[in-house]
Formats: sequence, structure tokens, C-alpha cells
Amino acid sequence: MRLIGFVVAAALLVVAIIASMIIGSRDIPLASVLQALQGGPGSTPDAVVIFELRIPRTIIGVAAGLALGLSGALIQAVTRNPLADPGILGVTSGASFAVAIAVGVLGLTSASGYLWFAFGGALVATVVVYLIGSAGRGGGSPVRLTLTGVALGAVLSGISSAILLADPEGFTAMRAWESGSLQDRGWDAIPAVLPFLVIGTVISFVIARSLNAVALGDDLAVSLGANILVTRVLALAAVTLLAGGATALAGPITFVGLMVPHVARWIVGPDQRWILAYSLLFAPILLLVADIAGRLVIRPAELPAGIITAVIGAPVLIYLVRRQKASAL
Amino acid sequence: MTDSTRLRVDDVTLAYDNRVISSGLTVDIPDRSFTVIVGPNACGKSTLLRSLSRLLKPQQGRVLLDGKAIGAMKPKDVARTIGLLPQTSVAPDGITVVDLVSRGRYPHQGMIRQWTSADESAVVDAMRATDVAELASRAVDELSGGQRQRVWAAMALAQQTPILLLDEPTTFLDIAHQIELLDLFARLHREGNTIVAVLHDLNHAARYADHLIVMKAGEVVATGAPADIVTAELVEHVFGLPCLIIEDPVSKTPLIVPKGGHWQA
Amino acid sequence: MTATTTRAPRLRDHRRIRLVTALLAVAAVVFALIALGTGDFPLSIPEVVQAMFATDGGFATTIVLEWRLPRVLAALAFGAAMGVAGAIFQSLTRNPLGSPDIIGFSTGSYTGALIVITLVGDAYLSTAVGALLGGLATAFVVYLLAYRRGVQGFRLIIVGIAVTAMLHGLNTWMLLKAETEVAMTASIWGAGSLGLIGWQQAVPAFIALAVLVPFVIILSGPMRQLEIGDDAAKAHGVRVEPARLALLVVGVALTAVVTASTGPIAFVALAAPQIAHRLTRSAGLPLVGSALTGAVLLLVADFVAQHLLPNAVPVGLVTIVSGGVYLIALLIHEARKRL
Repeated sequence: MRLIGFVVAAALLVVAIIASMIIGSRDIPLASVLQALQGGPGSTPDAVVIFELRIPRTIIGVAAGLALGLSGALIQAVTRNPLADPGILGVTSGASFAVAIAVGVLGLTSASGYLWFAFGGALVATVVVYLIGSAGRGGGSPVRLTLTGVALGAVLSGISSAILLADPEGFTAMRAWESGSLQDRGWDAIPAVLPFLVIGTVISFVIARSLNAVALGDDLAVSLGANILVTRVLALAAVTLLAGGATALAGPITFVGLMVPHVARWIVGPDQRWILAYSLLFAPILLLVADIAGRLVIRPAELPAGIITAVIGAPVLIYLVRRQKASAL
Repeated sequence: MTDSTRLRVDDVTLAYDNRVISSGLTVDIPDRSFTVIVGPNACGKSTLLRSLSRLLKPQQGRVLLDGKAIGAMKPKDVARTIGLLPQTSVAPDGITVVDLVSRGRYPHQGMIRQWTSADESAVVDAMRATDVAELASRAVDELSGGQRQRVWAAMALAQQTPILLLDEPTTFLDIAHQIELLDLFARLHREGNTIVAVLHDLNHAARYADHLIVMKAGEVVATGAPADIVTAELVEHVFGLPCLIIEDPVSKTPLIVPKGGHWQA
Repeated sequence: MTATTTRAPRLRDHRRIRLVTALLAVAAVVFALIALGTGDFPLSIPEVVQAMFATDGGFATTIVLEWRLPRVLAALAFGAAMGVAGAIFQSLTRNPLGSPDIIGFSTGSYTGALIVITLVGDAYLSTAVGALLGGLATAFVVYLLAYRRGVQGFRLIIVGIAVTAMLHGLNTWMLLKAETEVAMTASIWGAGSLGLIGWQQAVPAFIALAVLVPFVIILSGPMRQLEIGDDAAKAHGVRVEPARLALLVVGVALTAVVTASTGPIAFVALAAPQIAHRLTRSAGLPLVGSALTGAVLLLVADFVAQHLLPNAVPVGLVTIVSGGVYLIALLIHEARKRL
């Protein structure tokens, strides 16, 4: 049953990929796409658009989407917080800020240069949010972690604004970069980031089983034989690689990591292995769809995918929190 | 003792969102009684108490205090007559015991009438009665669960109301403190106050109550003095627990002794 | 015997609160006098005082009364307003991070301002009105969405964050679409600044804040009772939902007035109540203490922004960096507690 769903999702992903190739400010019929793919770059007039713009964009959409979906599922599992998302919890803000420093202050414009900043930023942000957010009475609660993440995001975005106000070129460049658009990212970042996304994905599935135990609470997890510390550390590593990598590829994008695990959970139930597997497919579908929608909504101009995910994701978040029983926190 | 009724619910329907807990419920709280509401989990006893204390508005019917609908009265007037020890409370960061207990004086204060010596002595008396006087300047969140429960009880006492509602007041307390707290409420009852408590321990209820309300599935199954209504049949019917009833040698009230199960003869 | 042991701690607490509050007030006045004396034409404190009360209309008087005083008073008043707003929100949400700048009522103001700037240009008055309406509308929407048989702090926060995220997306897009100069101007406004505050701008804001003060005083009692939980508060005779709504309205109004006048200034609302709480060791968040702390914080931040940096910067940038420092201090404090 779940397997069937998985196959259907995979098929949907393929459809989304194809759509991403076809649709744009200028629609390219499927036949031309295939022709260009066969002939290679430079073979047909459309090939330029396909190879320079559409393919990298689609790859980024799939890769970043997948990474965000997985990291969202991981964070929700480890913190037992259904409202978690690498964007809300400040992880992508940390990565984004680090990249802003790298590009704006240190002038590192190649992806392989600022990639490590992205990872570093993601790691520091996660640790900071975790430490502050789980402190004191009521610590570790969904609200506390969320607020800490938002606070951190606010600080970082303010500081990077400050830095960039002094540097008009950097300002323009970062403005576009921070909008979470998949457009015009080029091939540059992809080969540098992909291997790390693969590692992150592998780690996620390795710890999937222990995540099921952790979901029951620390005490119970230990009595079931799960090694909480190792699981948490590995999860941290995976989230850093995945969220950092996604941000390095596409800039900060919110809510993908929030929505997708919920949909996955709604379909397959609470088994983390299946949630991860479905998130792996649904998240790229979501991101690609958001990107495609962005290309259509105000044609010929484009609306960045990150804004579309925010506009869809926010009502979803509101719906989720209204559904929860109110509890004094 | 049970000659008049100050507090009653009149044909009420109590519900949370669309889940109806009780409907057409009418309950009288005898004046100057020690009334205890008992029943199995989810029987509606806490819901009834919440409606008596204005925390839950009935969907239909009225809650009456001295013949007037509680919902129509001014909240502070009600608060000077009915005090509540709620089940869940939040203590602000770093608040001290004496400060928290003092918050209970709010219904007696206003813009013009601020802190007086009457307030002062109410707080002191309340803290002494619940045995938290030595903890006065400690922070509430540093205390143990039992100590904290007594502090909340002190706050309810500081309100100095003739009617006191208590929602599971003995949670978290060890047996000595449970008895101590119940003895305190018994003393207040002797002094002329009306006590209405939800207790989960049937034997405590039988020991201290002079008026028992037994509920099941949102309805009142029996009311009356424990000696009159607590029978093995009632306990088995309401709780599904086979038992025998003997007389408590100290209080002379019914004592429930479970039988069967592990102790099958 | 027992009576004395319980009476003494009360008095001691109150004494400390009164002492710290008085000290804060003194600090505010001293810093204000220093600020009034600093600038291109420095004056000593006695000279400042003389200039303020002189009747001969000398140059020093002009500097102090017309150039500097509105800005200094604004820093004090707006800082106080934000301190109080922060205390109100953090008390309502029962969370030290539940501050209007975090939950994002200022993002709505930013949206309003951006719309106005994009359509009409960046005149002070129109931007202020846009920001005011944007902030109020956002708060209204958030309240409606969070309302479900009442508004719990938890839901209010999350809905606030969600609405903020949407508005942030909208703002990002508007900034993207705008030409670079407009975007830059908007970003500067977005950083929050006291630079444009003269008497013409300050007086309406002061009047608005003055109108709100009596409401704050009336609501302070219910606010304290709400801190101990809805059930207990209701049992004490507080009308919980109306009180909460009223507090929200006042908190939002305070934030909106300040944001409309200066652009969003972050972290004063967040940090002031917590600092005041720690200094006075009060139960819950002290309103007067938060106001004074906020006033001092903003005044000092503006002083730093204006005079102590190589180039003058908007005060919002100073407060945001301080916010970062505050969070780090919090972090170290918590980390040390665990290790």
C-alpha cells in the first residue's frame, strides 16, 4: 500500500521535472526538450535555454527540495515538535547569514568557496537555537524553540542588512540571493553541494529506525535500546549538511520542511522510515511546483519560489496550530 | 446543615466544543456543607466544578449563586464569594511564595483600595494554615510538587471566600500532607464555610464529606451522606470495582476495601 | 514571630524595586543631559540646563531645545513605549521571547510602509501613516486567526510567525521589484532610525503615547493576574478574554506608534522587560521598570549610533547588534548552567 503510494509519488516527481523543463517565460514543447537533450548543448536554439537555465534550475529544485524535506522531517522527529522547519528554526538563516558574510565581506563568489560557510552557519545556528531554546522551565517546547529560531533569524537578517547597506553591489546581489529564487543560480553550486546532500540523505535513513524510538520520549527510547546521543549527533550532522546545502544552492526557503513531513505522516503514519522516504519525493515536487507557479503567475516576470512556499506554507502552519488543542505553555 | 442552597446548577448542558459532557444536569450544593464530587475518570466531575466556578459557561441552563445567574454577576463580586483552587496553574518566572499567595487578594482590591493590613493578615494566615510560612521568600519554581500545591492552596485560602471550590487538591502530595490539607478544609468547614471538592480517592471522600455527589458518564448517580449512600453495590455499579464496605474505626465513616482480582479468595 | 518573618521579605522586595526604579530614572535623566550636550557644538551639563531654561533665545538654547531635545525625548518616550509593549506581550504569551518584534507586528508595519514608499515615495508623513495602518491591520488579522474560544499565548505566537513569514515574502518581493535607490531607502527605513525626528514628528507621537498611558495603568492589575494562569485569573474575578484583548490592543498600539515614527526598531521590546525583571527581582515583569529600562536602552543606543561610530547609522542597526549580543549572553548563561 505504502509502496504503491511511493511509486505514484515518484511518477508525480517525474511529471514535475518534465513540467519544469517545459514551462517558463517561453514554453518549450516536450519534443524540443528531448531533441535538445539528445543533441547536447548547442544543438538546437532551445538547447541553450534548456542547458543553461532549465536543467540546472530543475536539478536545484529537486536537490534543495529533497534536502529541505528530509531536514524538516529530521528536526520534527528529534525535537518532537510538529511545527519545526529548518527555516523557522533559524537553520537556513544561519546558513544564509554565513554566505552573506562570505560573499559580501570576504568576496568569495564561487559556491565551493561559500559552501563551507553555509554548513558552518547552519551548524552554529542549530546548536544556538537548541541550547537557548531548551533552557530553563518549559524549555525544549515547540514554542520556545520556534521563538528562539525566529529571534536568531531576525538578528542575523538585521545584521546582514546592516553589512550590506554599506555595500550597494553586494546589496543587490544578496537581495536576489535571499529571495529564495531558483532562477539564475547556474551550474556553479551543484557539483560542489550534491555530494554533501547525498551524505546527509544516507545518514538520515541510517538513523531512521532510532528516530522511531526517540519519538516516544527519551526515557522510553533508552529503555528500547536506542542510543540517544549518537542519534542526536548524527541528526545534527544530517540537518547541517542538508539544510546548509539547500541554502547554498537556493538561498533560504521556508516551510517546505514544515509541510512535507506532515503530508507524509498523514499518508503513511508515524513510521519515520516511510516519512523520510515520502518526504524525499514530496518535497522536490512541492518546490518544483512552487517554482513553476512562480514562472506562471506574473508572466513574463517571475515570482521567487521561496515567496510562494511562504504564501502557501503560512496558512498551513496557521491551520496546524488551530487544530492543536490549546494548552498553556 | 443542609437547609439552604447558595450554589446550584440548574438544568445545565456542559460541553467542550461539540463534545457534550453532561446535559440536563441539576445539582444543589448544600450551604455550609463539605461536598465532595466523586466518580470514575471522565465522568464529568471536573467539568461540573468548572461550571460552578465560572470557568465553563453552560451551553444551556444556568449556574445560580444566591438565586442569581453567575454569568450575569460582576466577576469580582463572584470572586469574593467563590474561591477556586484550579487544577492547572502557571507561576510566573521567579515569583516568590508570598507574592503568589498575595495575588489571591486581588478580588478585594481595586484602583482606590490598594494593599491594607486586612490583606496582609489574610496572606499570613493562609500561609500558616498550609504550612508554607517558612518558604515565604523562596521562588515557587524551586519548590517540590507538594510544596507548590500547598502554595496554590494558600493562594485560594487568601481569597477568604465563604465558598471554596477545590479541583483535585491532593495531587502530588504525600499522605501526611494530603491528610493535613483535608483536615484544614474540614476546619474551614467547621468554621462555617462551604467546601466543594473533587477528589479521586473514594476513602478520603467518604471520610471528610458530609455530602457526597457520585457521578458517572456525566450524570449524577447518587447524592447524600456517605454513610447513607456508599454501598458495595454503588461502588461496583459506578466504578466497576467489587468491594466490601466496613466502618473506618477512627472516623466511623464507610471504608471501601477492594476485593477480587489479585486477592481472589 | 511568624508574622514578622513573613512581613519582612515583602518589604525587602518592594524596597529593592523602588530603589532600582529610582536609579533607572536618574540614569535616564543623566544620559539625556549628556546626549543634549553632545554633538557638533558640545555643551557641558550645566550649560545644557542653563540653555534649557534661558529666555534670551541664544544659540545654545536653539541647539538644545530645537535640534536635540525632540530626538532625546523621542528616544526616551519611544524606548519606554517599547519596553512596556514588550512587557505586555511577554506577559500575555508567558514567554520571554514573545515580543512584538519577534512575533512580527513590525513586519506588517514594514509592509504598509513599503506599499506607500513604492506608490507614493518616501515622504515622512505618508510613510508613517502606511506603517501605522500596516501594523494595526496585521495585528488585527493575527488576532482573528489565533482566536478560537479565546487566544492562548502559544497560538498567538505561532500565528504571528506565520503571518510574518507571509508578509516577509511580500516585502522581499516588493524590495526585489523596486529600483535600487527605492529599495535602499526602504531598507534604511526598515532599519529604524531617530534621525528624522524633529518637533513636528515627535509631538503627534507623544500625544498618541500619552493617550495610551492611562490604559496601561488600568490594565496593569489584570495583567498581573493573568500571569498566574487563566483559571486562577478568572477565579479572581478578571474578565480574561476582554482583558487580554485590551492588553493586546494597547501593546500593538504602542508598537505601531513607535514603528510608524521611526521604522521598526528591534530588541528594545525584547530585552528591556527581561533586564528590568532581573535588576528589580520582581515577580513577573515590572511595567515601570521596563519603561525606564527601555528608555535608557534606546537613548544609549541612539547615542552610540549618532556619536560613537565612524559613520552615523540608524539606531535600529545598533539595537539589532545589541540584540545579537543579548542572545549570546543568554546562550552563555544557559550553557554555563548546564555544564
